[in-house]
Amino acid sequence: MSTITLSHGSGGTQTNQLINDVFFKYFSNDILNQMNDAAHLAIDFKKLAFTTDSFVVNPLFFKGGNIGKLAVCGTVNDLAVSGAKPLYLTCAFIIEEGFAMDDLKIIVKTMAEEAENSGVKIVAGDTKVVEKGNVDGVYINTSGIGVIYENVNINCANAKLGDVIIVNGTIGDHGMTILCERNNFGFEGDLSSDCASLNTLVDCMLEVYDGIHVIRDATRGGIAAVLNEISDFSNVTIAIEENLLPIKEEVKGAAEMLGFDPLYIANEGKLCAFVPEAQAEQVLFAMRTHPLGTNASIIGRVTDELGKKVYLNTVVGGKRLVDMPSGILLPRIC
Amino acid sequence: MKFVDEFRSSDYSKLLLETLQNSSRDKINIMEVCGTHTMAIFRYGIRDVLPGNVKLISGPGCPVCVTPQSYIDTALDLSSREDVIIATFGDMMKVPGRKSSLLKKKAEGSDIRLVYSPMDCLTLAADNPSKQIIFLAVGFETTAPMTAVTAIEARNNSLSNLFFFTAHKIVPPVMEALVTDKELNLDGFLLPGHVSAIIGSKAYEFLSEDFKIPGVVTGFEPVDILQGLSTLISLISKKDYSIANDYKRIVRTSGNSEAKEYMNKAFNVVDSNWRGIGKVPKSGLEFNRDFEEFDALKHFEISYEEYDGSSGCRCGEILKGKINPTQCPLFKQACTPENPIGSCMVSSEGTCAAYFRYYK
Repeated sequence: MSTITLSHGSGGTQTNQLINDVFFKYFSNDILNQMNDAAHLAIDFKKLAFTTDSFVVNPLFFKGGNIGKLAVCGTVNDLAVSGAKPLYLTCAFIIEEGFAMDDLKIIVKTMAEEAENSGVKIVAGDTKVVEKGNVDGVYINTSGIGVIYENVNINCANAKLGDVIIVNGTIGDHGMTILCERNNFGFEGDLSSDCASLNTLVDCMLEVYDGIHVIRDATRGGIAAVLNEISDFSNVTIAIEENLLPIKEEVKGAAEMLGFDPLYIANEGKLCAFVPEAQAEQVLFAMRTHPLGTNASIIGRVTDELGKKVYLNTVVGGKRLVDMPSGILLPRIC
Repeated sequence: MKFVDEFRSSDYSKLLLETLQNSSRDKINIMEVCGTHTMAIFRYGIRDVLPGNVKLISGPGCPVCVTPQSYIDTALDLSSREDVIIATFGDMMKVPGRKSSLLKKKAEGSDIRLVYSPMDCLTLAADNPSKQIIFLAVGFETTAPMTAVTAIEARNNSLSNLFFFTAHKIVPPVMEALVTDKELNLDGFLLPGHVSAIIGSKAYEFLSEDFKIPGVVTGFEPVDILQGLSTLISLISKKDYSIANDYKRIVRTSGNSEAKEYMNKAFNVVDSNWRGIGKVPKSGLEFNRDFEEFDALKHFEISYEEYDGSSGCRCGEILKGKINPTQCPLFKQACTPENPIGSCMVSSEGTCAAYFRYYK
């Protein structure tokens, strides 16, 4: 079995071989193929969006995706929810000595497919190989540039009284999948990561209403973290309804067993949008026509209460605080 | 039938709440013993919707919260040993000792592994023959049988590098201590669902026989809790001191006899120190002579003096339900989930953590 060795990172023949046989083979495009030290980009723009993210995940391969898919979707989504059309990505790999070449190829191929799917080009990259034990398999960083659409002003400080909150589908799928695969709990059911590029969904939302106030993707920290950030930046109080939260049975069950709250579990293909009530139906309808929005639903609203808090109205008619997640998620004893 | 939806139904909840609203107007003090109940009560905002005369008091049923600080400090000392791997439930990671916590020790290089079941330690021991694996065996009757089974399995697999630092506790004796506390003036208990699955609802009959206090075993979903409260309030108003079981889908009258057998096989019942509460007679479990080869303290020839906890922290009174967390001067000031002083703020089932997270 062919593996990555330290010489693949030494800058010589083997490095070139790796670049040509793996990265160029899959990522090939007019800009990358020029092989300059930096990608030459011609962008006609008024406002650019620029972002970066690093990806470390265990296991590297999971139901619904792998680290490569995450690395492309994650950066594409950060651009998309800023109201930008994602155009170009760079990617940097840090690979552990001894990593299987076939696994690397699968990861790179997935990245190429996801890039194509979301309409972005991977235009520059870097590879480092480190001694065994210094990283866990492979880490990937991606950075991305996008062009912000004209007339669109999406900002997490823009949530306003009267906005309703829409999510595009079930929450907690990614985090629960990773946790269950990592620990092999033996839960049966259809747990699968929701990892997906959301840019075409966002396009479809902005097409029907370009005045959407806020869109955020709810990754680490889950919906709870995102709503708290928005409440804080926009200086508003948010109330969500427990019986409106879309959660898969499998996620609900596994979270219950382990003592986790799905509101705090990571997603990789979910966004929440703050839309004025008058336009909400229109946006919701458009979202439901998109494959990543078929289960889109309204989960709550911005209220007229003073302060910067997030509340959950519970199924029994009670009300409780949904605070910012703190520390690492630790499973309970019994 | 689905997994949990029926027990989170708004319609059932409304019906049960109506029954509660129409019940007795007398002041009623109910203690929920179990930390998972405390969390669920806050998570579903149940205190908001109860009639004003019903007061819920949170009890000492959080295994991390009642573990004395001296235990944590001893575990931290053990984790510093080069030849040791500490295996622990996640809840224990953040509990502050005098100088450090397991989370900090791990960052500093101690080999500390998070496990979901003591049985995970069998693989850990087999995979690391040159290391001594120490499992931090805390918890109530819910986790003690698994510790026993793991020790038996270790013996069956001739694993000689697996040890247990035990601080298992049993619930009924501490309830007896609470019932006799005049300050609390309890009218009834919401009894712990998980613990009862092991010991059975029969184990609480002493409450009605010796103390004329009723109790209801119930589960952790909102409908379970409201149903349990409804039964309990009805018992209290009829002066019926029975122990009822509203969690029949999980709990049998006599409990899980196999699990109890394993506990009896491996452990002796001993007096035990509860953080903030003090020594409670016959409320702890210790390996018996037949299993003492697994006792980490004996193997590493360690003895330690027990002490309670941090100065200023009112965990003790909180665990006994005498004050609520907002009455502790450290709450939300010096003591937060990021920087907990008392264990009630650390554990996902701790009363202070519940108040911090959910209290409006």
